[in-house]
Amino acid sequence: MSVELTGAEITIRCLQEEGVQCIFGYPGGAVLFIYDELFKQDKVRHILVRHEQAAVHAADGYARSSDKVGVALVTSGPGVTNAVTGIATAYMDSIPMVVISGQVPTSAIGLDAFQEVDAVGITRPCVKHNFLVKDVTELAQTIKKAFYIASTGRPGPVLVDIPKDVSQQKTKFFYPDKVTMRSYNPVVKGHARQIKKAAELILSAKRPIIYAGGGVILSNAASQLTELTQMLNFPCTNTLMGLGGYPATDKQSLGMLGMHGTYEANMAMQYCDVLVAVGARFDDRVIGNPKHFSNENRKIIHIDIDPSSISKRVKVDVPIVGDVLDVLKELIKLFKAEKEKPDQVALKEWWKQIELWRERDCLKFDRDSKIIKPQMVIEKLFNITKGDAFVTSDVGQHQMWAAQFYKFDKPRRWINSGGLGTMGFGMPAAMGVQLANPKGKVACITGEASIQMCIQELSTCKQYKLPLKIINLNNRYMGMVRQWQEFFHGNRYAESYMNALPDFVKLAESYGHIGMKIERPEDVEGALKEAFKLKDQLVFMDFITDQTENVFPMVPGGKGLSEMILV
Amino acid sequence: MRHIISLLLENEAGALSRVAGLFSARGYNIESLSVAPTEDPTLSRMTLVTIGSDEVVEQVTKQLNKLIEVVKIIDLNDGNHIERELMLVKVRAVGSDREEIKRLAEIFRGCIIDVTDKSYTIELTGTSSKLDAFLDAVERSAVLETVRTGASGIGRGEWILKV
Repeated sequence: MSVELTGAEITIRCLQEEGVQCIFGYPGGAVLFIYDELFKQDKVRHILVRHEQAAVHAADGYARSSDKVGVALVTSGPGVTNAVTGIATAYMDSIPMVVISGQVPTSAIGLDAFQEVDAVGITRPCVKHNFLVKDVTELAQTIKKAFYIASTGRPGPVLVDIPKDVSQQKTKFFYPDKVTMRSYNPVVKGHARQIKKAAELILSAKRPIIYAGGGVILSNAASQLTELTQMLNFPCTNTLMGLGGYPATDKQSLGMLGMHGTYEANMAMQYCDVLVAVGARFDDRVIGNPKHFSNENRKIIHIDIDPSSISKRVKVDVPIVGDVLDVLKELIKLFKAEKEKPDQVALKEWWKQIELWRERDCLKFDRDSKIIKPQMVIEKLFNITKGDAFVTSDVGQHQMWAAQFYKFDKPRRWINSGGLGTMGFGMPAAMGVQLANPKGKVACITGEASIQMCIQELSTCKQYKLPLKIINLNNRYMGMVRQWQEFFHGNRYAESYMNALPDFVKLAESYGHIGMKIERPEDVEGALKEAFKLKDQLVFMDFITDQTENVFPMVPGGKGLSEMILV
Repeated sequence: MRHIISLLLENEAGALSRVAGLFSARGYNIESLSVAPTEDPTLSRMTLVTIGSDEVVEQVTKQLNKLIEVVKIIDLNDGNHIERELMLVKVRAVGSDREEIKRLAEIFRGCIIDVTDKSYTIELTGTSSKLDAFLDAVERSAVLETVRTGASGIGRGEWILKV
């Protein structure tokens, strides 16, 4: 007969069984028994953050850069509410994650107990699923289900809420190898007839484009996407979430599309005749106004694991529900066996047109400026790291410049909050990335506004010796807010000016890191080189950049993709 | 258009709030919703009436299907089906109205299930529009109270929603 374990012991044992090596959290009353068990073992490493939001972002960065399920552990009440922003961030970007939260004892639930909040209720709209475990005998099974749900189908965060008394009660421990749920069976294989139909449509294309999103990254299908694209000699554009899914330095890459996408990508999207959407969801920041987008006569193939993503904003002609990896493999197989090829003459014409669009050089900026141009900093970063760094970002102008100017050739290198657009994401996410990739170069591209939303994590970085390279593009404005105010609100910069900024150099130093302030364009390269030489140190680089620089191209809200504002 | 959606869902705490939450979060309409356990106590059957264009209703069913606790779902409008709703209605019935209302109840195949010297309580079943028609037929000021269960629906013949 096996011995009985407490709920807290079971929780930790389950994490061990799942192969979890690293979790992020913050202790509190309701999770004390769980922390006690963490203390007694050394298989699961716990990273103590300074705020629960950062725990979830770090688990998120860990998951995005490693393809493992990220795990966060927080206490009841404010522990959970602080975690909500992180959970919603992961949910919008479909990141596999399990969040374990403490809850007040079952006898106190509903009585407005100290640090009580309805965790399941408050997180319901921003999780893939959540559980309140009321009986210790269901705990192991529930955690198994949580990992299964989080990591299969369209991934997402799952919350497991464990009341304090459940973590104390004892039962026999049994961790199932597999879990089957009659109500949850995500489709993996695409429908063969639909795939065949898609292949026929692709062969008939005269002006094709492949539009690839975050689904390619999540399903680890970057090499298949690359193979298919090159096999067909089609142009490929990536969404913000899909960067790295196709090598950005390749000539067939049109770069990012969307609100701040390249001219060539947006024009090709608008005027193509066959659009192959792979793990992407036609969201508002990508296609702009769906009415303007639908004006054009084109056929759309849409590969996505989530049936509800299909025909949600744009009606599609050939939907294929399935795992992107599986469907791409099938398509490659079909084209390998196929003798017919797409119309090469038409394709050549199409490429000629694309080259004309490319000649607009839509990402140009003043390279002789006496003030540091933010684009230049990122270009230098790309060169110095040889395109091989992990890059996280916060949200705003710097995020768009990072996406435009750092050419990602590999998947899981670009880590940003695309869907929810969470300022404060960058540094904690970078902590998770560094822990998942101890030898990797990790850069966090941020701005003076975003970085202050989770600045306290400089302390966590010190504690765990995380040698992040923080690139603060400091323009003393909430740049993207300022840009919109300039364009659409008559230059009235309401509350977008960042007053009373700290001395970031001294701030970094006070946490025991290295700080640098860079004010002249000629110093940018040297500073970056020096920072990356300091392999074991976090370096906070405060770049004083041009206050008036804007992100171009730009598709104004409500406009069509081809109605870009250009430099 | 009005659609009747039938769901089988895990009979678990919170399943109903997930469905209701989905409708409010995504801005879908719920006209009525009725739910109760089935002969298999681990399953609940829900009938949900919603109004929307075909595209919206397609999204509604896809989004419902994504909920982990939803086991199966059909749109009853995709085939032949039967719809019934139960209504209890209390009407003022005095003097000559008593006879008139009794007759009206008979026409609608209703049963008078409670009687006082001033009122009748009538039990009526039928499609939602039939119940509406009854209420239209009774003088508005005579209606004291109504309770409706919301529609329940089932497919005709061999069309079965089962796990």
